[in-house]
Amino acid sequence: MVRETASGEGTEPVVPRLELRGIEKSFPGCKANDGVDLTILPGEIHALLGENGAGKSTLVKIIYGILHADAGTISWEGKETHIAGPSFARNLGIGMVFQHFSLFEALTVAENIALGVEGEHDMRRLEARIEEVSAAYGLPLDPRRHVHSLSVGERQRIEIVRCLLQNPRLLIMDEPTSVLTPQEVETLFGTLRRLSSEGCSILYISHKLDEIKQLCDTATVLRGGKFVGDCVPSEESAQSMARMMIGDDVKEPKAEGNAEPGEVMLSVADLYLQSEDPFGTDLKAVTFDVHAGEIFGIAGIAGNGQNELLAALSGEQLVPDSAAVVIAGEAAGRLGPRRRRKLGLSFVPEERHGHGAVPALRLTENAFLSAHLREKLVRWGLIDFPKTAAYAQKICESFDVRTSGIHSEASSLSGGNLQKFIIGREILQSPSLLIAAQPTWGVDAGAAAAIHQALIDLAASGAAVLVVSQELDELFAISDRIAVMSSGHLSAARPTRATTLEEIGLLMGGDGTAAGEPMTHVA
Amino acid sequence: MIETLAAILVTVVTAATPLVFAATGELVTEKAGVLNLGVEGMMLVGAVSGFAAAIATGNPAIAILVAMIAGAVMAFLFGVLTLSLMANQVATGLALTMFGVGLSALIGQDYVGTPIKALAKLDIPVLSDLPLIGPVVFGQDFLVYLSLVMVAGVAWFLKSTRAGLILRATGESHDAAHALGYSVIGIRYLAVMFGGAMSGLAGAYLSLAYTPMWAENMSAGRGWIALALVVFATWKPGRVLVGAYLFGGVTILQLHAQGAGFAVPSQALSMLPYLATIVVLVVISRDSTRIRLNAPACIGKVFHPET
Repeated sequence: MVRETASGEGTEPVVPRLELRGIEKSFPGCKANDGVDLTILPGEIHALLGENGAGKSTLVKIIYGILHADAGTISWEGKETHIAGPSFARNLGIGMVFQHFSLFEALTVAENIALGVEGEHDMRRLEARIEEVSAAYGLPLDPRRHVHSLSVGERQRIEIVRCLLQNPRLLIMDEPTSVLTPQEVETLFGTLRRLSSEGCSILYISHKLDEIKQLCDTATVLRGGKFVGDCVPSEESAQSMARMMIGDDVKEPKAEGNAEPGEVMLSVADLYLQSEDPFGTDLKAVTFDVHAGEIFGIAGIAGNGQNELLAALSGEQLVPDSAAVVIAGEAAGRLGPRRRRKLGLSFVPEERHGHGAVPALRLTENAFLSAHLREKLVRWGLIDFPKTAAYAQKICESFDVRTSGIHSEASSLSGGNLQKFIIGREILQSPSLLIAAQPTWGVDAGAAAAIHQALIDLAASGAAVLVVSQELDELFAISDRIAVMSSGHLSAARPTRATTLEEIGLLMGGDGTAAGEPMTHVA
Repeated sequence: MIETLAAILVTVVTAATPLVFAATGELVTEKAGVLNLGVEGMMLVGAVSGFAAAIATGNPAIAILVAMIAGAVMAFLFGVLTLSLMANQVATGLALTMFGVGLSALIGQDYVGTPIKALAKLDIPVLSDLPLIGPVVFGQDFLVYLSLVMVAGVAWFLKSTRAGLILRATGESHDAAHALGYSVIGIRYLAVMFGGAMSGLAGAYLSLAYTPMWAENMSAGRGWIALALVVFATWKPGRVLVGAYLFGGVTILQLHAQGAGFAVPSQALSMLPYLATIVVLVVISRDSTRIRLNAPACIGKVFHPET
């Protein structure tokens, strides 16, 4: 099938850059793609919309050659092709920014990029090109740093720069804006529009409907692995697209009028902490209080000390000055994670696989690991299996975790579902203090709304909630007070209602981004 | 006095050389993400094959080549089991060692007690006659120099070449390497076989140069020490060299101490090299940052390619 662009005015028909017809892909137990059609024109920014588990990731993996379709055809610039593998796709001119980054932790930025770029063997020249491209597109990046020391946001920049170095003809972006400040999102959109005007097609996967409205020319919607339809986002409302995507309306989280703040559940006073990571950010005089019944939001670009603060709060890194961290009235700086949990703390880390959950263990076992203390899942030193299974079942039911059963491995769940499970596991222990890092990162709109509602309900029930997030929309939607982390400092907290997105955005980027690098803006 | 010192230093170098070979080979294997605990077995098979070839042909070059091929074949076997058939690497490596001990004893039963001429030492006029420096620096057999070249070569390969980068990446995250389109299994086969060839070479050094004869189990745990050295060296070739010479040095010193009749049980002295290695390992392992930076994250993990 050949479509015409608006500018073509019926003259030359435009050959699509990529055309998929009737793509099918099954995995044991589920049909991930069932007759999906997709047509991307040259220079078009095309959105791929769908909830978690709708089959978007499978589809882009097929396009990138990591998976092979069971049925259907793929045409590249008019010619039917079999995309044998990722390097074949790269040679065609397809670049991909993964949602779960395919990066090598122990290698440097430049080495990581060298692995994905063919034909550039001189490291020094490559480093120079990385610096050039990252500056030109407003993605500050030091090619000599090791990836394990970088934040999520910085890692994403590596993936984008890696793709840009190959002069792609089709760039696939999986959830690219979830870790950026509003200003950075604007810059990224500028980059993408420029690429599109240079003739590069972009396949843009996102749950953020307003972004898609703002950026994308056309959108393809998937639901449950099936092709739902194409639409022009600028002619649709966010609600109508959400309805196509979910088949239902999204419930906005409702915050009750916040009552009088209760007693202080978490008090951090003048916390100085040297990062355990040689490339990390040291904490400098961080001071704040979180009261029972409120949601306290900490904003900031990744890599400004959030990881260090979270480690100091969860007990993964001990604080020499015990009184610098006070949980429920007790000096907890030198207490380990287990003893802090006994004080009523629950913790949802940023990284789901390997930090929030053990991927190779079952859901029941993962439920047991953090909840056995407060839910009393141990009897006579042995695991109480019926009780553990009941608890896991309760989590899946209350938080709508879609899984083939509580005995499936955590790694078999999609990112959003696993996140709902982890949040549910912590919330159902009725903590008096919940700390959640990036609670909705990479989670679709429906699940994010559910998670937000759960956090609001938890605070309403009298618990103190601390949310560390890079998504300002999220913090503005749910938090009562908000503070910004920048270069290891925490700004004074201000009531969310009395502040604006722009003010917070400026605080985040104002005195430098990660490690004091100057922000590069591109006109 | 100088002559005694020179003699000690020469023996330190020769005691360290088989460790340098075996540990350098294992380092490459582990950097690709494979843990092959069969070093001891591969060394023994290499030692006996090299010895047999030396007796049959009288040509040390052929003997060394045969030893390397024998080690690589053993490693290939390990590769088939762990990479293609996805067997557990630890169990398979242990089995490979036991298999190598038995196989080498079987091949070698006719050679026990047969003497051969040791590998010739370098003899450069004037230079080799210098006091102390002469025998230590200019009077070794060529395998000693080869071992140093191998360390430098492997360090350069891993750090500066694209192939080395791909190999490190495979050991770091096989899934990501696969996603980028690299053949994880193919790369690992090559790395494992390189490790095997180097272990075979280490064995050949034992039976052709260090003690020119064949005796059952003559590697005497050096394969295990080589494995420990790789960790002690935090997967850095230069440190492997330092570690091997440290171990070699302690080995020789305790021999001389035994000879000098110290009032310490000889068994305790024999423990020293192993003890020293363990102490150093523990001290090094305290620095978690360094370990995290250098240890291959995927080591020992089975790779299941996505279909």
